[in-house]
Amino acid sequence: MENKRFIYADNSATTRVSDEVLEAMLPYLRENYGNPSSIYKLGRDAQRDVENAREKVARALGADPNEIYFTSCGSESDNWAIKGTAERLAKKGKKHIITSVFEHHAILHTTEYLKRQGFEVTYIPVSEKGLIDPEDVKNAIRDDTAIVSIMYANNEIGTIQPIDEIAKICNEKGVIFHTDAVQAVGHVEIDVHKQGIDMLSLSGHKIHAQKGVGALYVRKGIALPNFIHGGAQERNKRAGTENVPAIVGLGVAIESAVKNIAEKNAIITPRRNRLIDGILKLPYTRLNGDREKRLAGNVNISIEGIEGESLLLMLDMYGICASSGSACTSGSLDPSHVLLSIGLKHEVAHGSLRLSIDETVTDEDVDYILEVIPKVVERLRSMSPVWEKMMKGESYE
Amino acid sequence: MLYSEKVMDHFSNPRNVGEIEDADGVGEIGNAKCGDIMKMYLKIDPETKVITDAKFKTFGCGAAVATSSMATELIKGRSIDDALKLTNDAVVEALDGLPAVKIHCSVLAEQAVRSALSDYYTRQGIDPLPIVGEIKEPEE
Repeated sequence: MENKRFIYADNSATTRVSDEVLEAMLPYLRENYGNPSSIYKLGRDAQRDVENAREKVARALGADPNEIYFTSCGSESDNWAIKGTAERLAKKGKKHIITSVFEHHAILHTTEYLKRQGFEVTYIPVSEKGLIDPEDVKNAIRDDTAIVSIMYANNEIGTIQPIDEIAKICNEKGVIFHTDAVQAVGHVEIDVHKQGIDMLSLSGHKIHAQKGVGALYVRKGIALPNFIHGGAQERNKRAGTENVPAIVGLGVAIESAVKNIAEKNAIITPRRNRLIDGILKLPYTRLNGDREKRLAGNVNISIEGIEGESLLLMLDMYGICASSGSACTSGSLDPSHVLLSIGLKHEVAHGSLRLSIDETVTDEDVDYILEVIPKVVERLRSMSPVWEKMMKGESYE
Repeated sequence: MLYSEKVMDHFSNPRNVGEIEDADGVGEIGNAKCGDIMKMYLKIDPETKVITDAKFKTFGCGAAVATSSMATELIKGRSIDDALKLTNDAVVEALDGLPAVKIHCSVLAEQAVRSALSDYYTRQGIDPLPIVGEIKEPEE
C-alpha cells in the first residue's frame, strides 16, 4: 500500500491556508508588528489594516463594518452570541432559547450550560433528510423566547437549512435570530440584511484563512454584552490585542471565498455527485442528508458492516484524508449526534464516511477515491463479524 | 488520536485474521451499538492443552483491530493456563501503549479470549465459570 497520492477531502474540518492569504499575512508577522491601539504610525497602520479587513468581512456578508466583531474562532462567536443574548434578555424575563438537535457542540454545549443556569431550551428536531421545518420553529417561539439559533449548513451532512424562512418568522415575532454559518460562508450566497439575520458566526480556517480567527456579525441596534473584558478593542466589546496577521488574512480569505461561489460550486457539484453515486454502488450504503439541499462539496455516506475509524485509517494509508461520525472519532462511546438525529441506528452511524471536497480535488482524484474505497471497504468487511452476520441474514443487534 | 507504531502495524497488517472452521472454542464480545465486536476462534491441543491456533474477526476502530491481533499473538502456542492469565494491561504494554479513550478495546480483547476459552470448556462438558470466571460485556 504505497502512498500514491495525497488527497485532502476534509475541508469541513479545516482548510489549507491559501498562498494569497499567507502572502497577505506575512508582512504583519515581520515588519508590520504594531499594536493597533498605539498612537504612532506603526500602530495606526495596523489599525487601518484591521479596519480594512473588517470592511471586507462586512461586504462579504452584506453587513456594515461596524456590525462585525473579530473573535478567536467560530466557537467563540457562537458562545458570545448565545450567552450574551441570554444574559441580556434574562433580565427582561426572557429565559427561553430555541435551537436544533443537530447543531455544532459550540451551540449545544452552550445551551446545556445555560440550562443549568435556569434557562429553558427547546430543541427543534430535524427530518430524515436532515432539514429543519420552519413551522416547527414558529410553533416553538414563546413570549419569553430570547433567541433562536439555527445553523446555516450542517457540518457533518452538509444540509442547508431554510434560513430565509426561519429569519422571517423570527423577525415577525420580534425574536433575535442567530445562525452558525461556519460551514456555509463561501459556499452559499449570504446577505444578512436582506435575509433578516440578526447574528451570524463564521470561522477563518474553514475558508483558507489560518486557525484562531473568526468573526461575529451583530445587527446594528442589538446590544450584546462584553464577552471578554479588559480593553477597548472591537469598539469596547471584545478585549484583547487584535490578532492582526490573522485578521488581515481573514479579510483576504473571505473576499476570495465569496467572489465566485456559483462558478466554484459548478465545478465541485458534479465531482461530489460522482463520489456519491460511486460509493452508493457498494451494497448496504446510504446517503445521509438531502441530496439537493446540501453543500456542494459534502458527501456523507453510511457503509454498513464496518466502523468509521478503521475506514479513515485505511484511507489515510492510501493518502486520502476524510472524516467520520463514528464513536471512535468522537472520543465517546456514542456516534455522531447528527447522524442519530436523522434516525440512523447506532451501528449504522458508526460506519459513516464524510468527504468534503473543494475545487482542488480533481476528476482524477475522484477516480482514485472511487478506486480505493471499494477495496478498503471489502477488506474491512472481510474481517468484520457484523458483516458476516449480515450476509447470513442474522441480526447483529 | 495518536497511535503507537506498533498499534498501526497491527492495524495495517493484522495477524491471524479469519476463522477456524473446526475451532475448539469460539467467543464473541461487544456489540455493534457500541461500535466494537470481536470474535475469537481457538484451536486447542487435546493432549497438551496448548493453543495451537488463534484467529479473530473484529468490527471496530484501529485499536480494536490492533488489540485483537496482539491478543491472538500473545496466546498462540501458549497453554490455556497462560491464556487465562492474559490481562488487558499486557495487551496494552505489548502494543507500546494505547490512548486513554481506547483502553476499553484492550479489555474487549482480554474478554474475547476468555469468552472463547469459556466456550471451549462448555464444549468439553466442563462448567467454565469456576475456571474462567464471569465474562464482562462492555457497558452500553
